[in-house]
Amino acid sequence: MAAAAGEVGAPRVEARGVGLRAGFGVAVFLVVALAVGLAVGPVGIGIGGILRSLVAFLPFLHVHQLDTLDRNVLWQIRAPRVALAALVGGMLGVAGGSYQGVFRNPLCDPYLLGVAGGAGLGATLAIVYGSAPAAGNWLVPLAAFAGAIAAVVVTYALGRSAGAARATGALVLAGVTMATFTAAVQTFVQQQHTQQLQNVYSWLLGGFSTSTWTDVAICAPYVAASSLVLVLHRRVLDVLSLGDEEAASLGVDVARARLAIVIAATLGTAAAVSVSGLIAFVGIIVPHTIRLLVSTSYRAVTPLSLVAGAGFLVLADVVARTVLSPEELPIGVVTAFLGAPFFALVLRTSRR
Amino acid sequence: MIETRDLWVRFGPVAAVRGLTLRVEAGEWAALIGPNGAGKTSALRALAGLVPYEGEVSIEGKDARTLGRRALARLVAFVPQKPETPPELTVAEYVLLGRTPHISYFGGESRRDREAAARALGRLDLEAFAQRPLGSLSGGELQRTVLARALAQEAPVLLLDEPTTSLDLGRQQLVLELVDALRADGLAVVTTLHDLTLAGQYAHRLVLLDRGDVVADGPAADVLSAANLAAHYGASVRVFEEDGSVFVLPVRDR
Repeated sequence: MAAAAGEVGAPRVEARGVGLRAGFGVAVFLVVALAVGLAVGPVGIGIGGILRSLVAFLPFLHVHQLDTLDRNVLWQIRAPRVALAALVGGMLGVAGGSYQGVFRNPLCDPYLLGVAGGAGLGATLAIVYGSAPAAGNWLVPLAAFAGAIAAVVVTYALGRSAGAARATGALVLAGVTMATFTAAVQTFVQQQHTQQLQNVYSWLLGGFSTSTWTDVAICAPYVAASSLVLVLHRRVLDVLSLGDEEAASLGVDVARARLAIVIAATLGTAAAVSVSGLIAFVGIIVPHTIRLLVSTSYRAVTPLSLVAGAGFLVLADVVARTVLSPEELPIGVVTAFLGAPFFALVLRTSRR
Repeated sequence: MIETRDLWVRFGPVAAVRGLTLRVEAGEWAALIGPNGAGKTSALRALAGLVPYEGEVSIEGKDARTLGRRALARLVAFVPQKPETPPELTVAEYVLLGRTPHISYFGGESRRDREAAARALGRLDLEAFAQRPLGSLSGGELQRTVLARALAQEAPVLLLDEPTTSLDLGRQQLVLELVDALRADGLAVVTTLHDLTLAGQYAHRLVLLDRGDVVADGPAADVLSAANLAAHYGASVRVFEEDGSVFVLPVRDR
């Protein structure tokens, strides 16, 4: 062997990233989830039909397209729904993981700074005072988005006014204050208009029953930009896990890094929430599952939460639309009902 | 080399450090000593650029205020008294985080960074621990790992806040010997230390602070007098000198 003496026994100094096994596993999970999401429904199309329809779109290959009904069910009803569930799930997963990192608190979720309360209030106001019916109404997502952003801006101003010394603690408290206040106003408005209770509730509990390609187009740019920024911050999030003072002594502008991460996570979450309603638990369960099964380094947590979150919400949506078919279960019920026991199992089996 | 002139640190109306002037050359070790609340940690954090200060700090001849945060971090490595050590991180990963000032904001570690981290691990005899999670290390191993992280920064100035806290006597000596070896490699070292005998044995120069003021400054034999320790610590001690070392022993006289 020609290995130099100095190399023998040299330690492997590398940061664990996504890793081949975890990366492949999560990718397969997403592909299977997407296939199941497209294949399952009252009209039987099957994986074969999906593949045939996909191939038929390619030029010069003379494969027979599905008949019009099946094709429309597949590409105008199921596909936008699956795509939207994937975008929202991925966004909630990566935003939740990032929030937990930036606030160094495992219980943080993407709704921490008042996104949920603000969006809920915005959507309720639009449903109650808006003229058009709630279903398929562009006003509701817009109002939810505006409400979410406004709530977080107020939270941030409130947190900063409390002084920089206890910056993150003050910010979290301001978020709790904001969430409580917006919930109170939202309930007040809702109780004044009980005839709209059904619409308000079905929005609050979240779901994809009315998803269109327009929703996907509204949501996609925000999700893409936000998750790109968050994934790029994966190493910075690892540095921040050493605490503010040590991160600063390593040359990181902590306040600026935190602001960039919070803005990205908030914008993406607000866009996701505005088209899907409030879907609980995804932002907590997905990143923690990655931490328990793969690694606590954000180099693994951020990218893998994005992909796994997408797959998880697509599957949850399949359950939501099939168990009570033709009725639909609110997807938040499914994420909590499936998510809680699954997470309990992961917690139990991965004790190191 | 790190130098300060008339350094003041204020927290609102309270001045924690009142006019510290200090110059520590490469290969020198200065220890800040003094009773609780004397301003030792505040002074050290000002040298690291972590708290606002008045007066001047210059590192390798450059005014610290004109240096950006990253440039400063390439010149000064700082280890707080209780460093945050995420238990799941491996020793190698933790030491690699010390390379942060050399890596662009969105960048990843290059081969040079991995080599620098490997050298730091080697210098502190941590090769065998590289893949161990921080949570599995003993106190002494952890403190060596933290030193390795600071060393990986490849900064000419090393600031350590109470590097021997919560270590047993043997581990305290081991860690101080390691710091002394790094000093001999050419680092300028500034530490706070609460054990006066150890401070006198390792540092070239002791700076005694009391309520923010420098009240004594010089070699151990001059600073560690029974009179000084009575006046500023309210301590009753006897001081012995033997083989050039100064020993501070508490005595009970009530």
